[in-house]
Amino acid sequence: MNVLKITSITGVLSLLLIAMMTAQAAADSVRIGDVIIEAPWARASIGTSRPAAAYLSIRNEGDEPVTLTQVSTPVSKMAEIHESTMSDGIARMGTAGDVVIRAGSEVVLKPGGLHIMMMKLKQPLKKGEKFNMTLTFKEIEAVDVVLPILGVGASGPNK
Amino acid sequence: MRRVRYILWGAVLIAAVIFGGHQLSHMLETKSASGPTFQPVFTLTNHSGEPVSETTFRGDWALVFFGFTNCPDICPTTLAEFGNVMDRLGADASKVKPLFITIDPERDRVADVAKYVSAFHPSIIGLTGSNKQIAYTASSFKAFFERVPQETAPDGYTMGHTSAVYLISPEGNFVRTYQFGTSPEMIVEDLKTRI
Repeated sequence: MNVLKITSITGVLSLLLIAMMTAQAAADSVRIGDVIIEAPWARASIGTSRPAAAYLSIRNEGDEPVTLTQVSTPVSKMAEIHESTMSDGIARMGTAGDVVIRAGSEVVLKPGGLHIMMMKLKQPLKKGEKFNMTLTFKEIEAVDVVLPILGVGASGPNK
Repeated sequence: MRRVRYILWGAVLIAAVIFGGHQLSHMLETKSASGPTFQPVFTLTNHSGEPVSETTFRGDWALVFFGFTNCPDICPTTLAEFGNVMDRLGADASKVKPLFITIDPERDRVADVAKYVSAFHPSIIGLTGSNKQIAYTASSFKAFFERVPQETAPDGYTMGHTSAVYLISPEGNFVRTYQFGTSPEMIVEDLKTRI
């Protein structure tokens, strides 16, 4: 009886440990139903007076489109989805409005394209730290993601 | 007889088209290989507050990028690339000067530009000036910029600007541009063939 109890406790603890390790490994990506938010990151800011940018990708494995309508984060008084566009060699930037992720497709926010612009920063974004962001969708519940802050010279989630 | 004349004229026409086309393609090839060269001129202030002109950078290769410090996406990406290029150049880095010229001089004064460029790489030189000086500089580089009203942007506006990086030779001649997104590896490879 005792042996059985110890075994089951050990078993539960092991499972818990495995679950924790798995969670750790996938700490940066979040799945809500058929929608997966992957590789989120932000660039360190230069103080608080200039806007900062954050990036991530959204994969929709479902059969229906999902629409990202809003982003918010405690580090910024105003965060919006913006898009850098290039025409005839001229770079321009503007609000992107709602971002639709079609069924079975992926939208990647990356330097030179779609990005989350965080204006009116409440605190500087320091390399090595992390912060939270809430992504609001039209069709599904809001998703909370944790964004690691990479160096000011970073150009992607891994560098 | 008339038919022969038509045939001959036809042959002349074909020859002319072929010759013209050949000349044109040759001209375009030469243009894209060496680029129509010109010498940009400017009088600006560097991020240490010192006056500079195009002659300040003679003797070195210059990589020139137009941007503004309230730009969170395109500009940091390019300045980060500048840093990456400088690190990859190794010993040749001393022969290359990466320049960041603000096209938003009203907001980007000397101290703002200094804080911005130094966040990316110690070798990057930030330049600003009066509205008139910046407009003159941009037109001298055949670069474009515009102020775009945008309600939610800081101070209610953002800037559109030429996104390519210019390469200027040690003699002060325009050599080529690198389009936005050209990898640091490609830029270094190209620079190594010239230095």
